Parts: sequence; C-alpha cells; structure tokens
Amino acid sequence: MSVITYSEAGCLAVAEEMRRDGRVWALGEDLGRGGVFGQYKGLVEEFGPERIADTPISEATIMGASVGAALVGTRPVVEMRFADFALCAVDEMVNQAAKARFMFGGQARVPVVIRQPSGMWRSSAAQHSQSLEAWYTHIPGLVVAAPYTPADNKGLLKAAIRCDDPVIYIEHKDNWDLEGEVPDDDDYVVPLGAGRVAQAGDDLTLVTWSKMVGIAEQAAEMARARGIGIEVIDLRTLWPWDQDMVFASVEKTTRLLVVHEAVQVGGFGAEIAATVAEHMAHVLTAPIRRLGAPRAPISYAKPLEDLLRITPEKILATAISQIDV
Amino acid sequence: MSNNTSHNIDRDRLVDLYRTMRRIRAFEEAAEAASLSGQVGGAVHLSIGQEGIAAGVCANLRRTDQITTTHRGHGHCIAKGTDPGAMMLELFGKAGGTCGGKGGSMHIADFDAGMLGANGVVAAGIPIAVGAAHGAKLLGEDRVVVCFFGDGAINRGPFMEGLNWAAIFELPVLFVCEQNGFASTTHSDAVTAGGGANARAKSLGIEAFEIDGNDVAAVDGLVGDLIPRIRADGKPMFLSARTYRLKGHTSVDPALYRDQDLAAAQWQNDPLARAAEELRRLGLSDGELSAIDSAAVGEMRRVSEAAEAADHPDLAHAFDDIQDIGAPVWEAPA
Ligand SMILES: Cc1ncc(C[n+]2csc(CCOP(=O)(O)OP(=O)(O)O)c2C)c(N)n1
Ligand SMILES: [Mg+2]
Repeated sequence: MSVITYSEAGCLAVAEEMRRDGRVWALGEDLGRGGVFGQYKGLVEEFGPERIADTPISEATIMGASVGAALVGTRPVVEMRFADFALCAVDEMVNQAAKARFMFGGQARVPVVIRQPSGMWRSSAAQHSQSLEAWYTHIPGLVVAAPYTPADNKGLLKAAIRCDDPVIYIEHKDNWDLEGEVPDDDDYVVPLGAGRVAQAGDDLTLVTWSKMVGIAEQAAEMARARGIGIEVIDLRTLWPWDQDMVFASVEKTTRLLVVHEAVQVGGFGAEIAATVAEHMAHVLTAPIRRLGAPRAPISYAKPLEDLLRITPEKILATAISQIDV
Repeated sequence: MSNNTSHNIDRDRLVDLYRTMRRIRAFEEAAEAASLSGQVGGAVHLSIGQEGIAAGVCANLRRTDQITTTHRGHGHCIAKGTDPGAMMLELFGKAGGTCGGKGGSMHIADFDAGMLGANGVVAAGIPIAVGAAHGAKLLGEDRVVVCFFGDGAINRGPFMEGLNWAAIFELPVLFVCEQNGFASTTHSDAVTAGGGANARAKSLGIEAFEIDGNDVAAVDGLVGDLIPRIRADGKPMFLSARTYRLKGHTSVDPALYRDQDLAAAQWQNDPLARAAEELRRLGLSDGELSAIDSAAVGEMRRVSEAAEAADHPDLAHAFDDIQDIGAPVWEAPA
C-alpha cells in the first residue's frame, strides 16, 4: 500500500497497463505536458509521444479515430478533458463506439476507455461543471464507471482498460488531490459492476457514487451521532450497477435514498429508485427518496453555485424524514 | 500522372474492372427490385452510375488494406472482396448476413476483407478510417486505408478534423470523395462554399487529385500510381472523383427535383457503357461481353433467391454482441 492521490492513482493505472500491454495508448489534448489535471504526469517521458499522443482540439476525431484504431486492434485510452467537451463527440461515442460490435454482428470490438472529468469544480460555471453520467447509462453497448476513492481509480481504470467494450470513465474533478491508500500490486483490478459498502448501517440504504460518496459519509457520521445507521453504498460502476448489493442492503434497512450531484430529473437515481420500487415494494417501510441537483445550469457566482450542491445537511434532513415516518 | 487511360489499359485488366462493375450493378439492380417489392426494408442507397470509382480504386488494394464506406457502399464492399451472398442476406435481414442480419444495407462490414464498415452517419467514416491508419502505424503494420465519402460529407466538421489529423500524424490514407452532384435531394454545389473538396484538402497540405470517376481505366491508373506512394511515404492523399448518381437518393426516390432531361442524358456517360465500348475497341466480342453480363446477373439472381429463402436470425441471438457485462439476457417465451 502507498498513500497517493486520486490523480496519481489514475496515472499509475495507465502506466501499468501500458507496460503490460503494448497495444494500450492514450490520446487527447495536452497529454504531453501531463494532461490538464496532471493525470498523465510523466507518461510521455516513459512511453514516448506516439503512445501518449497530443492531439488537435478535435474531439469528434479524437473519439472517432479511437474507434478506428480500436477496430484494428489497439486499445486507446481517450482523454476528453472535460465531460462537457465530450459532447462534441457524441456521434462517435453513441453511434460508433457503442454500436459497432452489435451492428457488425460481433466481427469487431471497440476496447476504448473514454475518460471524462466531471462534476462541479469551484467557479467553473455551466460548461465546465456538468455530471452527465446518466446519459451514457441509457446507451446499450457502453459500460459506465465513476470511482470515488484513489484505490478504485487505480483498480477500476485498469479494469476499464482491460475491458473489451467501450467504457465511459467518469472522474470527479474535485477528487484529483484526494489521498488514500492504494495497493501497489500491478494486478490490482476492481471488477466493473461491483459496488462497495463504504459505511455499514441498519436504518437506511444510501446509494451514491463519485464525489458524493464523501458527502454521504459525512452525513452518515452526523446521523450516527443521533443514533441513526446509514449504510452508504458506493456504486462505483453505474452500468451495470450492483443490484444484488443494493437489494441486499434495502432488504436489511427497508429504506432507500439515492444521492447524486447530477440534475435529479432523469438522473440515474431515477433508475435505481424505480428498480427497487419494482422489486422490493414489499420490504419498504418508507417512500424511496432521491436527492439530486435542481434542473438548473450551474452558476458561476459562488452562492448560486452552492445552492445547487448536495450537502451533508441536506442528506441528513432527507434521511431523517424517511426514518421518522 | 496516370498511365492507364482508356486508351492504353491492358485488356485483361479492363475486363476485370468491367466484371467488377457489372457485378456491382447486377447486385444493386437485384437489391433495388427486392426493395421495391418490400422484401428488403429500410433505405437502400444505390451507387448505380458510380461503379467506376469503387472498381478502379479497390483494384489497387491488397486484401490486408482497409476501407471505410458510407450509406452508399455496396459497390465498395463488392470491389474489396466481400461476398455478395452474405451482403444480400444482410439486406434481407437474414441469418448468415455479413452482420448476422443486425446491420442491414447501411452497416455492412467484413473485417476479413478489410471492409471496416459502412456508416449511417454522413462523414462518420472519416475519423474511423483515419484511426484505423493510426492504429496500423502504432502496430507497425503495413496497410493503406481508403476512406470513401460523398460530396455532401465535406461540409461536416469531421471532414476537416479527419484530414487535419491524417496530415499531422502522417497516416497512409487515401480519401476518395465521390462527387455525384447530390447530397440527398440537394445539389451539392448549392451548399458548398469556396473551391470545394480539393481546395479544402490542399489547404491542409494534402496532395489532391481530380479524376473522371466514370472512366474506370483512368481511376485505376491514377490510384495505381497513388497507392504505392502512400504506402511508401505514409502520408495521406486526396482524390475527387466526378460521377453522377443515376438513380434517386434511395431506391424509392424518383428524384423529380432534378432536370429530367439532363438526368437522362447522364446515362450516355454510364461507366459500364463506356468500359464496354472500350473493350469492344480492344477486340472483345459482343458475345464475350454479354457472357460477363449474364454471369453477373445470374450470380446476383441466385444470391437474391437464396436470401429470400433463408431464415431470419434466431431470436436467441437478439442480445448477442451488445457488451460483455450488462447486456439484457434473452429468455425463450414460456
Ligand atoms: C450526420 C448525418 N446527417 C444527415 C444524414 C441524412 N443523409 C443521409 S445520406 C445524405 C446525403 C449525403 O450526401 P453525400 O455525402 O454526397 O453522399 P451521397 O448520398 O451522395 O453518396 C444525408 C443528408 C445522415 N445520414 N447523417
Ligand atoms: Mg453526393
């Protein structure tokens, strides 16, 4: 184990996988100077500019060329810089990467990882702050992962690089400097599709992912002081999501709250809530609740930006309202 | 530049090119009939009148070279070596199709033949072709990639991005713009500013050529010069091939938006008729020509009949090849 940051963990994952498999390469804007968030630091020195490729600001072609390069047998790690800019490559992600395997009758695979730094990042306003993970969960053919801990950013990114299907890989921009213990083992892989119980509790199941795991843990601490046990599940992978883990927890707690930073309307929380309602109505003792952002663009001004944030206090109040019914 | 003009091409080579064009024509006439009778569903985009480009370009490729094509791609597939039987099964949505019936006309692919996929999205094949060449370069594989697209595609962003990418990364790609005069029902000229495709390619430092795409020998000759240069230098080149879409945008489009007399006159410039005339001049008899024609027509009739008789894909395969984890599980009805 070493204590490293979320950003360093991602960098380590790419480096280890590039050493392990000569077909893995990374491409995107400004990777040669280590990536805009330093998440590729030192890689060009080790692997050279062919395998850590600086591209033009051509998101559609960064993605489209990655599809072509994957179809012929390489394994690109695609850096989209900000999730917001990945929107310039939606055709290439949704119509090309996600569909090629099926549409061509299984003749080819598209093993690409599409890294999308996401989420609110102080004073970044409406075009540099979005959490759009739910969009991708809607697309057959895509895997969607959103790690919270540094260890998971290593283990899940390695799993994503080894995955033979396209993976949308959501890293939270507020997490880059988060430190944590990370296994040194270069075969440390966290399986895609497996959640993690971040905190155990008996009274309410709180399902969340990405940066919100930390906020939920704070809420759970506050709840514990009041004698309320919140079980925090860090989903880690959104598609496919760990239904077994969530169902088992709800079976125990009989209450479900889903929390995400993304806009609540049409968010992935709706899918989890609906699935639990469909399958577990008989065990529920309180209405399922969701907590997401209001359906508003993210403001620049700090107080307005803060208005949209999910806080431990908001989570606690919602949880209490579910328990005190 | 080109040595093989209509006037000095080797007779056997022209016979081969003619046969390829005739097979494409016969395939598409069979597909058109099956579309009009309702046996083939969805949009079927015919390349009738444009076969000279597919045949002339692909005759210069190795099986390990690769192509991407568009919604109007049957000709490119056949010229690259894809089995028309599997293609027709695909059009009919039947088991045994190139994609198991899951793709249809606009998504035919045949990776064994280096056919990396048609595409339902205009210009989307451009970055994919460029990436295939990028991948080959990284893997140290000696391959040229040919990217076919229409004159309508040059107005989409991925055209500029893809050409720029191929130029800066020095990738072995031949971009082939099929200038058939139309983008769906719109005249391409009316919506294209400046000097058009070649001017745009040249502005990015890519050597660009123009050719009469209906002169199959000329296309063959020029591409025969370009491909070895691309292979040697590893740099992209651009070819604009003038042609004419003799049919509508799709099989069911009567194309009434264009001058009917002018459209009819374009049949005089049919690449097959021109090649046949040249072959006669080179001494091929009418009997020899019609033997090629009837062999092609017979082949495609058999292919259509087989496709008609074939089974639909088994429902059990409905969810195959979506993704390894998280795909729906098919359950047989109780
Ligand atoms: C991005 C996109 N926009 C629009 C369409 C609808 N569409 C299909 S083919 C076509 C015309 C394409 O013209 P061109 O590129 O010249 O190819 P051609 O049909 O002439 O072979 C259009 C507009 C599409 N398939 N994809
Ligand atoms: Mg056109």
